[in-house]
Amino acid sequence: MTEPDLVAEGLACRRGERLVFAGLSFRLPAGGALLLTGANGSGKTSLLRVLATLIMPAGGRLLWGMAPVEAESAAYRAQLDFVGHQDGVKPGLTPRETLAFWAALRGTESSRAPCLLDAALATFALDRVADWPCRWLSAGQRRRVALARLVAAPASIWLLDEPASALDHENQSRLEQAIAEHRASGGRVVVASHTPIDIGAAATITLDAFAPLSDHAAAG
Amino acid sequence: MAAFLALFRRDLSLALRQGGDTGLVIGFFVLAVVLFPFGVGPEPEVLQRIGAGIIWVAALLAALLSLDRLFEADYQDGELDLLALSSLPLELAVLAKCAAHWVATGLPLALTSPFLALLVDLDPGSIATLFASLLIGTPALSLIGSVAAALSLGARRQGVVLSLLVLPLYIPPLIFGAGAVEASAVGSGARAYLLILSAASLAALALCPWASAAALRQALE
Repeated sequence: MTEPDLVAEGLACRRGERLVFAGLSFRLPAGGALLLTGANGSGKTSLLRVLATLIMPAGGRLLWGMAPVEAESAAYRAQLDFVGHQDGVKPGLTPRETLAFWAALRGTESSRAPCLLDAALATFALDRVADWPCRWLSAGQRRRVALARLVAAPASIWLLDEPASALDHENQSRLEQAIAEHRASGGRVVVASHTPIDIGAAATITLDAFAPLSDHAAAG
Repeated sequence: MAAFLALFRRDLSLALRQGGDTGLVIGFFVLAVVLFPFGVGPEPEVLQRIGAGIIWVAALLAALLSLDRLFEADYQDGELDLLALSSLPLELAVLAKCAAHWVATGLPLALTSPFLALLVDLDPGSIATLFASLLIGTPALSLIGSVAAALSLGARRQGVVLSLLVLPLYIPPLIFGAGAVEASAVGSGARAYLLILSAASLAALALCPWASAAALRQALE
């Protein structure tokens, strides 16, 4: 594998006045997976947003190989696929349009795009509803449209926030299958979930363990 | 460039497909102008005198009406996160969204204005100037509005906050837009006004995407 590891060193995150977690370190090699667990409010979403460079860490460093990700943020962001806890699906567009737009925005080559789009719809069994406006879809179907972005615009690091919420049993196994295939081809995943999800051998981070005792003790 | 066009096309088709946006803006524009004769009386001299000002003010308010939707939907459903992570710089994303907003609101406003000008009895020369001034001035409305829309993201009662932020900034385009029609009505030539209006639009084009992108990054924190 030529791709460097994603390394976190002593990450801390502050939301408003409150230090959410501190002193968090991990190493994510190619093909690796990280499962984030913890109570509500323990910082699973915050950590994912820090990894996505959407919020700046209050302390510590995030390294892509040897270099800090801020140094090459555009190159690093091109490696990311982020599925937040919101679906980002417009009621007025169809799943096919949503995915095609997303692929174009990510700069997917136009020769590969249609083929990837069909693969994305097939992976999450959206073929039947592909040309319905998303306002007709159920919560689980919208969730699958959000997840299908992962296939329509491939990237090496998947950041998934509660990916299985609203999914039924069958579709959760489709998601687990997609994650397994992604890892087998050298991709990596970070999954925040409070419901059991089988993503194969994964390092688990329980964020409650990184909650600072007091703001002052951990800020340095 | 492909990403820019994709975002422009998506925003435009959302605005046109939901039908509401453009139709509502034009409906509001027409009704607001039609209300004035009931308030100030139907005398042609009065209407001629204040007609251009009425149409410009109504256009400002109509443009304002649709501004809260510019980033709000993307902010609420999480797509703004994805936009911020895409290969398209946020400044260009703002520009694409403003361009779509202008085509869906500013352009239809300018195209409707000659018909409303007939209602307030403007002379043909003034009608042409009014149309030109709206065509040149409305891009500034979309661009300046995008800064206020980005700044007011997540605020409670966003619509009100947005109006308070943006209306003072709309004063320069209003002065020169309405001034152009006035000048052409008295025959002193509208060229200078239209040039200043163009300058305002170009300045907004150069500055507003940066300001909006900075405000959006703040909102995403």
